[in-house]
Amino acid sequence: MATLVHLAFLAVLQQGLPIVPERASSVAKQIDYLYYFLTGVTLFFSALIFSLVFYFAVRYRQRHPDERPQPIHGSLGLELLWSAIPLGLTMVMFFWGAHLFYIVRTPPSDATQLYVVGKQWMWKIQHPEGQREINALHVPVGRPVKLTMTSEDVIHSFYIPAFRIKMDVLPGRYTELWFTATKAGTYHLFCAEYCGAKHSGMTGWVTVLEPADYEAWLSGAPAGESLEQAGARLFRQHNCHTCHEAGPTSRGPSLQEILGKQVRLASGETVVVDEGYLRESILQPNAKVVAGYESVMPTYQGQISEEGILQLIAYLKSLTRAERKAQP
Amino acid sequence: MNAAPPAANALPKVHYLNVDYGIRSWLFTIDHKRIALLYLGSITLFFVLGGLFATAIRLELLTPAGDLFESETYNKMFTMHGVVMIFFFLIPSIPATLGNFLVPMMIGARDLAFPRINLLSWYIYTLGGLFTLFAILSGGVDTGWTFYTPYSSTYSNTNVMATAVGVFILGFSSILTGFNFIITIHKMRAPGLTWFRLPLFIWAHYATSVIMILGTPVVAIAIALVGLERLFHIGIFNPALGGDPVLFQHLFWFYSHPAVYIMILPSMGVISEIVCCFSRKKIFGYSFVAFSSIAIALLGFLVWGHHMFVSSQSMYAGMVFSILSFLVAIPSAVKVFNWTATMYKGSVMYNAPMLYAMGFIGLFTMGGLTGLFLSTLATDVHLHDTYFVVAHFHYIMVGGALMGYLGGIHFWWPKISGRLYPEAWARFSALIIFVGFNLTFFPQFILGYLGMPRRYHAYPEEFQVLNVMSTAGASILAVGYAIPLIYLFWSLRYGPAAGPNPWQAKGLEWQASSPPPTHNFPETPVVTEEAYEYYPGAEADRV
Repeated sequence: MATLVHLAFLAVLQQGLPIVPERASSVAKQIDYLYYFLTGVTLFFSALIFSLVFYFAVRYRQRHPDERPQPIHGSLGLELLWSAIPLGLTMVMFFWGAHLFYIVRTPPSDATQLYVVGKQWMWKIQHPEGQREINALHVPVGRPVKLTMTSEDVIHSFYIPAFRIKMDVLPGRYTELWFTATKAGTYHLFCAEYCGAKHSGMTGWVTVLEPADYEAWLSGAPAGESLEQAGARLFRQHNCHTCHEAGPTSRGPSLQEILGKQVRLASGETVVVDEGYLRESILQPNAKVVAGYESVMPTYQGQISEEGILQLIAYLKSLTRAERKAQP
Repeated sequence: MNAAPPAANALPKVHYLNVDYGIRSWLFTIDHKRIALLYLGSITLFFVLGGLFATAIRLELLTPAGDLFESETYNKMFTMHGVVMIFFFLIPSIPATLGNFLVPMMIGARDLAFPRINLLSWYIYTLGGLFTLFAILSGGVDTGWTFYTPYSSTYSNTNVMATAVGVFILGFSSILTGFNFIITIHKMRAPGLTWFRLPLFIWAHYATSVIMILGTPVVAIAIALVGLERLFHIGIFNPALGGDPVLFQHLFWFYSHPAVYIMILPSMGVISEIVCCFSRKKIFGYSFVAFSSIAIALLGFLVWGHHMFVSSQSMYAGMVFSILSFLVAIPSAVKVFNWTATMYKGSVMYNAPMLYAMGFIGLFTMGGLTGLFLSTLATDVHLHDTYFVVAHFHYIMVGGALMGYLGGIHFWWPKISGRLYPEAWARFSALIIFVGFNLTFFPQFILGYLGMPRRYHAYPEEFQVLNVMSTAGASILAVGYAIPLIYLFWSLRYGPAAGPNPWQAKGLEWQASSPPPTHNFPETPVVTEEAYEYYPGAEADRV
């Protein structure tokens, strides 16, 4: 036991002991400042309580067993004071934290879109240009990157401590995470949600590259077809076009320029077409049928992988983009 | 400085411990004091078991490589550590032992309102415990104590069902105890014992009972649904079957966050009693301390979503849960300030229970303040599921709840056993526990901000130094827990007789002999004063 403590202190003396991880994203510094504020408040009040308890214990120690001090019933003023001060401080924490949280949860519209699929026990990443990585993520410095993520099995959580961000990765739905890396280097990627036997092995490395190095990496990595191309191939392969590209008489709605649009459903409700709705409509086509169409589409559950669905979505997004480009 | 034990005390001739002998007299007892001891024995066994699992965890984490156990075994170790410590030790700890023993005595009653239901609750606890022990012996369970779906409902191939059944059954014991306390406190107070004359221990147990009754059914339902999905593939939580995995988290935390207050509120009640007695002072701000227990119990039901800031819960729901979580911090802060103020101009003694209470105040303050890092949205995103969270809740549950439990066991040990524990050893172990605890868990705050995820069997090398510190601290802590276990047993036979009121404390329980007779009071006491009336010059405190 003593040896362990001794070893630990020796190691501290030799290596130093950092208290914050590297800062490698646009939000890391702001979150660290908030952390320092919280740490300051914690140290102040802990020190206050510890020293008051210690001081009172010594100053007012019992000197005679029959001693009976004058009772003090309380003080409304003090009660209000020591309710109001914590309330004020915690509200500062709330607004500061909520403000940064809003930033962390709101990806910029020009972010590069990457796709992540988690499974026991690996991370699979697809770049728009077609590069695929496992347990590794290459990104450039200075460009916002948005990850759309899903899981093939249980809940995982995508965590990059150097970026101070984390988001659970769930089966059956998409979650989003975004960041702008600010410093070239190699950083830990962890799965933070316990996911079974090899949970602690579901780790990898995030490599942040200078833009030129990133371009070199992109052209050097085997790409094959881009995500849009892969999606277009799947679209043909599964005969989606027979119903969705047949003009005004088609059995399914047109998929040109639908992403982000609001559509009316047969049930009378309206829904915004996002990645989650597209995914649901491929796997459970009858759940939310667009008004004016029969529920005749068969399910593709079990026929298309999670990665395939993401490729299809990338393709459908490109249809929207192509329209937008054509219009002005 | 000590409350000197009155000389030449003798144990009363007949008391609840010797009124009857034999195993049947214990297994069929309906005396709340004997049932408290049945619980004390059971939860001590589970505490030792949970401690062994903790030892295994800390030994594995001594080195970065996962070299002591297979990852499957390690995952079972931390799961069973959590299940045993939370469900079978911490939740019943104070209410089922000290609460059972003291709630009737403090209000001047002969027993709880429903003595047979009280015994039933121990049998239910034991049955739930046997299921869980069976699960452990037949291969264990690896879902984490949180049973997150769809891992628990579909993917884990360990003994989830036996554990779930164990926890499900256990819940009923908790519900029955809560129900019994509420009715007893409402209906069986001695004449003159109005609500605002009640000891704060009673207020704390009342608040705890409300949570037990309102919250426990929800976790029972959640666990039953996991069982249905696992056995019959009914799609509730697994999206592959049409379910929603996040729904489970809502149901689970709707109970399990208030459950944190089931663990800490009774401890707060204990601390109020101890601080007043060993400062010879009335509590500072009685009604604020009393109502803060109620406020914690009620607000505690509205903050469960702070466990889910990164779960895919909407951003705005996150904001609502964040602000509500800050609000629940206020009554906790109020309590800490009031306990501290109670010592002001008091007559402070350094008996072991007071050392535990002072330790509690400090460690609970740190545990509470570090909770603010996790209510704050942006920092929680980074800290969620890291060792920071592990450190935070151990400061609350071990630094807080367990310190309070040990303080309470020492404080009322003379009442329970009729004998005094060895004071020097008790002070020594309280100090060892305080040091060992901080060395174990403080480094984990730093580990967490550095980014070490929890539930990792193997970890990157740069985290080793802090993990070695933590393991070193845990070995000190283990010694600190072993010492009281030994001397408390020793004192049962060799401790000097305590007399009815060795601390010259206020409160009806100290008017009965030690150990008390089966029906506590020969005549129903009449209460004419508020709690903690340590009058100046009132030597009449000595009964």
